[in-house]
Amino acid sequence: MKHYKSLRLFKERFSVLVDNKAMMKTLTLFLLTIAVFVISTGLGEMTIHPLNVLKVFFGGGTDLEQLVVQSFRLPRIIIALLVGMGLAVSGAILQGMIRNPLASPDILGITGGATVAVVGFLAVFSDKNQALTVSISWLPLAAFIGATIVALLVYLLAWNNGVSPIRFVLIGIGIMSLMKALTTMMLILGPIYKASQANLWITGSVSSSTWKNVAVLGPWTILFLVIAFVYARNINIQELGDDVATGLGGSVQRQRFTLLMISTALIGSSVAFAGGIGFVGLMAPHIARRLVGSNFGSLLPASALVGAILVMIADLIGRTLFSPLEIPAGVFTATIGAPYFIYLLYKTRNTSK
Amino acid sequence: MLLKNARQRWIGFGVTIVILIVLMSISIVYGYTNTTWQISFNAFTNFDGSTEHIVIRTVRLPRALIAAAVGASLAIAGVLMQALTKNPLSSPDILGVNAGAALTVVIAITIFGVSNLQLFTWVSFIGAAIAAISVYMIGSVGRDGLTPMKLTLAGAAMTAMIASLTQGLLVSNEALLDQVLFWLAGSVAGRSLDNLVAVLPYLVLGWVLAQLVSGKMNVFSMGEDVAKGLGLNTAILKITIGIIIVLLAGGSVAVAGPIGFIGIVIPHVTRFIVGIDHRWLIPYAALNGAILLIAADIASRYILMPQEVPVGVMTAIIGTPFFIYIARKGFNKG
Repeated sequence: MKHYKSLRLFKERFSVLVDNKAMMKTLTLFLLTIAVFVISTGLGEMTIHPLNVLKVFFGGGTDLEQLVVQSFRLPRIIIALLVGMGLAVSGAILQGMIRNPLASPDILGITGGATVAVVGFLAVFSDKNQALTVSISWLPLAAFIGATIVALLVYLLAWNNGVSPIRFVLIGIGIMSLMKALTTMMLILGPIYKASQANLWITGSVSSSTWKNVAVLGPWTILFLVIAFVYARNINIQELGDDVATGLGGSVQRQRFTLLMISTALIGSSVAFAGGIGFVGLMAPHIARRLVGSNFGSLLPASALVGAILVMIADLIGRTLFSPLEIPAGVFTATIGAPYFIYLLYKTRNTSK
Repeated sequence: MLLKNARQRWIGFGVTIVILIVLMSISIVYGYTNTTWQISFNAFTNFDGSTEHIVIRTVRLPRALIAAAVGASLAIAGVLMQALTKNPLSSPDILGVNAGAALTVVIAITIFGVSNLQLFTWVSFIGAAIAAISVYMIGSVGRDGLTPMKLTLAGAAMTAMIASLTQGLLVSNEALLDQVLFWLAGSVAGRSLDNLVAVLPYLVLGWVLAQLVSGKMNVFSMGEDVAKGLGLNTAILKITIGIIIVLLAGGSVAVAGPIGFIGIVIPHVTRFIVGIDHRWLIPYAALNGAILLIAADIASRYILMPQEVPVGVMTAIIGTPFFIYIARKGFNKG
C-alpha cells in the first residue's frame, strides 16, 4: 500500500486516506491557483509585471502599483477566489449527497432562494429616491437566509420517511421555477433602476468587492471549507447508496442534513457577495474528479482549487476582454459551463440515475 | 375519472365551454378601468369611441383571446409531452422548450433588431425546436434510455443554462431589459390582436393535428413495442408530436412569453376528469388550460392593484404546490 497513506488524527475522529498521486496533482493545482492569482492581479487597465505584483505583496513596488493592486484589484480577486472555492465545494458535496452528477446549487433552487432574498431586500429597503434605507452590508445576510430557507423547504418537502435523492432533486427543480417567478415579479414591481442593478447581481459579478467584503466572506468560507474537509469521509459513504451506507453504520439522514447545511452555508455566502455565478458548482467538481478521482478526501480540495481558478479567470476575461465595458463573470462561467454541461450529460449517459 | 361515459363527457364538454365563455366575459368586463356589462356590450354593438369602449376593444378583448389561445396550446403541449416521454413531470417549461424559445427571441431582438411579428414567431419556433430536440436527445442517451429522472434533470439543467445566457444578454442592455422583462415573466397583457393573428394559424394547426393523432396516441401510450406490434409507425408519430409541441409551445412563447406550469397542471387535472383517452383528453385539456390561464390573468389584475402581476408569476404560484405534489407521489411508482 505505497499508493496510499492513511492519516488519523484526534483519536480517529478524523481520518483520511491520502492518495499520493492525487496529492501531487492537488499540489500542482495549488501552484496553478497562485499563478492565476498573481497574473490576474497584474492584468487590467494598467498592466503590472507578475514579478512586480509579487513585490507589491511583500510591501515593495511603486506607489501607483500599490494603489492599483491593493485598493482595486486584490479585493475582487480574493472574493473571486473565495466564491469559486465555496461554490465548487458545495457543488461537490451536493453531487455526492444526491449521487447525481448533474446536481448543482443552480438547479436545486438554492441559488434561486438567495436571489429572491436579495431582490426582495433591494425592493423592501429602498425609499423613493432609490437609496437604500439600511446598510448594504446586510445584503449577504439576506442572501444567506434566503438560501437556507429554500434548502430547508426543499428538504422538508422531500421528506417522506427520509429524504431520497430523487425526490430532493425534483422538488428542488419545482421550487427553482417558483423562485424564478418571484424574482421576476419583484424586478417588475420595483423601479427599473433597481431592476438593472439586481439583474447584474443575478448574473453574477465580483466587480463591486471591497476589503470589507473580504473580511466577512473570508473567515466564513474558510471555516466551512474546513468543516467540509473534515466531514468528507461521510460523503464517501453516502455515495455508496442509502442501503450500503446504513449497513456501514452511517446515520444517513442526519449526515445528509448536515451536508446540506454545510453546502448551503457555502452557497449562501458566495451568492451573497458575487450573485449567481452559475455552473461553477457543476463544472469544478467534475474537472476535479477527472484529475484526482472520486475520493472526497482529495476531491474537495481539488474542487475548491479548480473552482477558484475558474471564477478568477472568468472575472479576468470579463474585465479585460471587452474593456472598458465590464461583462459579469457569470456570463462567462455560463458560456464555458453550457457546452461542458452538454458534454457531461453525454459522458454520464450510462451512470446517471 | 369523474365522467365515465360518452354522454356525461359531452355534457361536461358543454359545461366547460360555458365556463370558458363566462370567464372570458368577466375578463373583458372587469379590470383597472371601471366598466360594466352594459358598456362592454355596447362597445361591440355600437362603438362610440369613448375611453371605456377603446379599452375594451383594444386591450381587454385581445387579452382574453390571447390568454385563451395560449392556455389551450400550452395545455395540449403538456398532454402530448407527458404521453411522449411517459413522464408525469414533462411540460414545455420544465423541459426547457419555453426557455429555448425565449432565448432565441431575446437574441433576435438584441443582436438582430427584429421587430417583425411573423419573424418573431419563426424565431420562437426555432428556439423551441432546438431546446426540445436537445433535451430529448440528452435525456434518452445511455443504456436505460429515456428515464423520467434523466429527462427532468436534463430539462432543468438546460433551462438553467438558457436562463443564464438570456440574463447575460440583458445585462449589457438596460433599455431592452425594461422592455422585455414583463414579457420574459410571461404575460398576456399589453398585446394587440396583431400579435395573436401572427401566430394563430400555427396554433390552430397544432390543435387540429393534436386532435387528429389523438387516436394513435392511445395506442402509443400502451408502450412502444405494443404500438409497433399493432402496426403503428411510431417514428412518424413521434416526429409529428414533436412538431405539434414546437408549434404550440413556440407559438405561445412568441405572443405571451414563457408561461409556466399550465402544461403540467392541466394534463393531470384533466386526466382526473375524463381519464386517459386522448380523444377526450386533448380537447378537454385545451378548454381547461384556457380557463386556468384566463382565471390566473383576472386574478393577476387584482392582487396588487393598481399594479399588475405578470400572469406567469401567478401560474407559478398556483403550479408549484401541484408540481411538488406530483413529484412526491409520482416517481415511486415508476
